[in-house]
Amino acid sequence: MERIPILKMGEFLLVTIQVDMHDRLALTLQDDLTEQIVKWHAHGVLIDISALEMVDSFIGRMLSNIANMARLLDAQTVVVGMQPSVAITLVELGMPMKGIRTALDVEKGMQTLRIYLDSNGYTQDGNGSAEI
Amino acid sequence: MHDTLRKDQESLLKEWIALQAKTSGRRMSAIEEKQLETHCGEFLAILQQATQDGGDDISKSEWTGARDFLAQLSAARARAGFTPVETAMFIFSLKEPLFSRMRQEAGDARTLTDSIWKATILLDRLGLFTTEVFQKTREEVIARQQQELLELSTPVVRLWDNVLALPLIGTLDSARTQVVMQNLLEAIVQTRSDIAVIDITGVPTVDTLVAQHLLKTVAAARLMGADCIISGIRPQIAQTIIHLGVNLEDVTTKATLADAFAVALKRTGYAVTRVKNSSGNAS
Repeated sequence: MERIPILKMGEFLLVTIQVDMHDRLALTLQDDLTEQIVKWHAHGVLIDISALEMVDSFIGRMLSNIANMARLLDAQTVVVGMQPSVAITLVELGMPMKGIRTALDVEKGMQTLRIYLDSNGYTQDGNGSAEI
Repeated sequence: MHDTLRKDQESLLKEWIALQAKTSGRRMSAIEEKQLETHCGEFLAILQQATQDGGDDISKSEWTGARDFLAQLSAARARAGFTPVETAMFIFSLKEPLFSRMRQEAGDARTLTDSIWKATILLDRLGLFTTEVFQKTREEVIARQQQELLELSTPVVRLWDNVLALPLIGTLDSARTQVVMQNLLEAIVQTRSDIAVIDITGVPTVDTLVAQHLLKTVAAARLMGADCIISGIRPQIAQTIIHLGVNLEDVTTKATLADAFAVALKRTGYAVTRVKNSSGNAS
């Protein structure tokens, strides 16, 4: 079955969405991601959507949902690499995705997460990275 | 009509040109006169051919030559700044010399009325066609200018490492917002900027629609991971925004571009220090 890979990069989880999302895939991703967050005690999730040329309200809502689920599990979500046309579409659809952090690319997204975690008292060795 | 055109072409042409020169009201240079003569000569020849082959319906293929010629002439005149009247008179001024010739040739009143009626319908159609092309050309010119204005008035400036400025001049409508948004987002990707300062000093009025467009731009930039600061809010505009009940609370706003720049520097971790005292402040 088709799956979206979730990569562990140090203390963060990286999800790269490269195929068209549909309901089943989105549900699987939610399952997998929540499991992985708990498993690795991750405090940061990066969702890379730079390969998405088009989004609709479904994907927008899915991203919001994932971010909210991750927040319940004490992980911050950053959506990175959004294309300009995608950003315009989301705004025109009336989904400015308030409450989700965004960054230009994975590198900047990691910086954002690092700054957030540092300023909120998470120490680097306090989370899953020590288990590798 | 065809017969009238064929007979005595030379004098018809002369009379027509003289009439145009008289009605145009403007002084023509020698070059313009020469050009007018060639145009008139060419058109008479084309018209003669077309009336012979194609009858009176100018949408027929026999009239293609005449239509193309008129379209070209009309477009050229529109660009050269002729008035619509002057352009249409090219055709309509042909009526007088043509009709007077028809009168001389006609045997009785009935045939005369018939032939004049036919000719006048034909010439009216050609005249209207000319005006239509003229109009279309002018509209194209206006559209092009609008496009140029649109591109001219939305520059994205790099202020500092990772700091962009977007000085907006003129009213923001939906079409311009689209261009502004696109330019800004592309610049954010290119320069990998974290902060964009939208300066609205040059925006004359802010109503709910403009405010909504601004907020959209801010939201789109945020989705790309860049923070926006709106600067250049004049006192009058601050009052308007509050009276309208527009919610700008989620956006950092500053009175001047300088203030916004200071905030942007601070957020990106830079500080400005004076290297040495300027002469006026020397202690």
